[in-house]
Amino acid sequence: MEALLAQSINLFAAVLLVLAFAMIAQRRILTLIHLFTLQGASLVAATLVVAYLTGQHHLYYSAVITFVLKVVLIPILLHRVIQRLNVRWDVETLFNIPTTMLIGIVLVIFAFNLAAPIASLSASIAHGTLGIALACVLLSFLMMIVRAKAVPQVIGFLSMENGLFFAATAATSGMPMIVELGIAFDVLVGILILGVFMFQIREQFDSLDIRHLEKLKDE
Amino acid sequence: MEALLLVLTIPLVGGLLLAIWGDRPVGQDLNAAVSLLTLLAAGWLTSDIIRDGPLLVWGEWFFVDALNVFLVTLTAFVGFTTSLFSRPYMRVERDHGKMTPGRMRLFHSMYQLFNGMMLVALTTNNLGILWVAMEAATLTTVLLVSVYRTAASLEAAWKYFILCGVGIAQALFGTILLYMAAERAIGGGDSALLWTHLAAAKHLLDPGILSLAFVFLLLGYGTKVGLVPVHNWLPDAHAEGPTPISAVLSGLLLNVALYAVLRCKVLADGSLQNGLPGQMMIGFGLITVVTAAFFLSRQRDVKRMFAYSSIEHMGLMTFAFGIGGPVANFAGLLHMTVHALIKSAIFFAVGHAAQKAGSQLMDDIRGLLKVSPTVGWGLMLGSLAILGMPPFGVFASEFLILTTAMREVPWATPFLLVALGVAFAAIFSRVQPMVFGETSMRPLAHPPALLPVFIHLGLGLMLGLYIPPYLNDWYVQAARMIAGG
Repeated sequence: MEALLAQSINLFAAVLLVLAFAMIAQRRILTLIHLFTLQGASLVAATLVVAYLTGQHHLYYSAVITFVLKVVLIPILLHRVIQRLNVRWDVETLFNIPTTMLIGIVLVIFAFNLAAPIASLSASIAHGTLGIALACVLLSFLMMIVRAKAVPQVIGFLSMENGLFFAATAATSGMPMIVELGIAFDVLVGILILGVFMFQIREQFDSLDIRHLEKLKDE
Repeated sequence: MEALLLVLTIPLVGGLLLAIWGDRPVGQDLNAAVSLLTLLAAGWLTSDIIRDGPLLVWGEWFFVDALNVFLVTLTAFVGFTTSLFSRPYMRVERDHGKMTPGRMRLFHSMYQLFNGMMLVALTTNNLGILWVAMEAATLTTVLLVSVYRTAASLEAAWKYFILCGVGIAQALFGTILLYMAAERAIGGGDSALLWTHLAAAKHLLDPGILSLAFVFLLLGYGTKVGLVPVHNWLPDAHAEGPTPISAVLSGLLLNVALYAVLRCKVLADGSLQNGLPGQMMIGFGLITVVTAAFFLSRQRDVKRMFAYSSIEHMGLMTFAFGIGGPVANFAGLLHMTVHALIKSAIFFAVGHAAQKAGSQLMDDIRGLLKVSPTVGWGLMLGSLAILGMPPFGVFASEFLILTTAMREVPWATPFLLVALGVAFAAIFSRVQPMVFGETSMRPLAHPPALLPVFIHLGLGLMLGLYIPPYLNDWYVQAARMIAGG
């Protein structure tokens, strides 16, 4: 049973990575939010399994915080934002998905190489997944770079936070509680500010296209 | 201990009060009063530290030593003078219809919270809380950068949020790796991220993990410092936000971010023992100085130009701390102080000048000496000071940095000299017609607050001629601490 559960951590990590790839390729904003919610859910599942196997109570709290924040609160906020902004059914034209995917694969290999020498030093039972966590962070980066609309960029930002939370469970036995609370608070305030922001951008430009936000340049 | 409590609570309480009364006419005075109280508390804290030595309180969660107490005082001081400057400045902005009562309230409240968060970041002993406070300080200023709601300011704020968010996420990854190394060396738990514990066991930390962690921490906090190539947010945020915010971003936030890098460098140095962190900082610093110097000459917006000048100086400090050793660290700390003072003074003068001209474009600002000689002289003297003319303090610190560089990393000296020369030519040729020359600008409705400008310039001058013994002791102690002694 224990061995099976330990294996399931790898499974959830793999799901996290696959979802990160899926988000890069997803054109529809609504589906993107669903994918993000799923990613949060698999993060919660992975944290719960680690908590059960190691018997560390603070990881349960961490899982609860992640659940409330990443699976309930933020998706609800995002749904409300896209409803109010009327971009629910928006489809974004993406630049060359296959190329982006290939760059993504290169990033994953890079992340695994970077993490390989230090992953074995970790005290966590999930240490094998440090490479996956780093890969998720880098893939979210890539997503923020290739997206031209505000909402997908924000989702990329949040998905990067997911990768970081997973890294904390993979590399360590969970960050100290107070730090985790602080990070969660910052993420929540950040998403609220971004929400306000999207309305301001919309009011100003009549669109949520980030390409309007490329006027400031050094001539 | 009581002093530290006051330093941390006054700005936070002030922020809450101003969230209620910030839009009243009394809001501006209240803002200045809160900042003055913070400064007094910081002074009290400083005298305690000078008398009793480092302070480690509240379950070791807060730690004040020679390095951060001087930054606490500097932060409180520039925070106070900027609040004085913002009184007439914001009144003019309100008359021009750029600030509504709601925006005034936001401005005042967030200004205090921003100061409070920087003070938390400076005094906390926990590297995780340091991260949280840095992120919170960014969040408080995002809405201030976009407070005018123009297209350009929204773009600047969006960039600021996203780029700094990405940067700070890397710093978080670095912090996680640091915690991982700490778990192996000193066991996990709440105390494993306390800087004092890590510093005591720094030679036990795994070098492999620490080198990777430091790369992420340097890149992450380096985004906030404004290091090239992750500096893009900085000129936009400085140019489009209200000028008091430009002054505190340049004078304070960048310093606090560099402080975070320094704390991490001490740990990485202790673990690696091979000078790699220093070499990385030398590399980043040098690229930053050179790139910023060449961008300077291409600017047309006055606040953008001085933002690039800030990038250049932050690069110079990073370079100095990268060389390490007591002298270079001393020079870096001195440069941090004088840059904060003089750059904020310049922004005060530039703010009034831009209000008079009704434009931030340097071509529109002409003949300041004719309209208001004090603003003109403030800008002229400030520019000369920031360009490293003697007898101002920047000359002393740049001279120290250059001479140490000649001894330690001779190959870097020509690059530095060329960059400083280019920066001089760029800024001086721009400032001269702005100060002298013919003009058609009108005087302002409210008399500008020039006291802060000249207090800052006076202090910058003093530091160039004479460093008081206790301040000298401070710098020496802090420099030794950063050097790992």
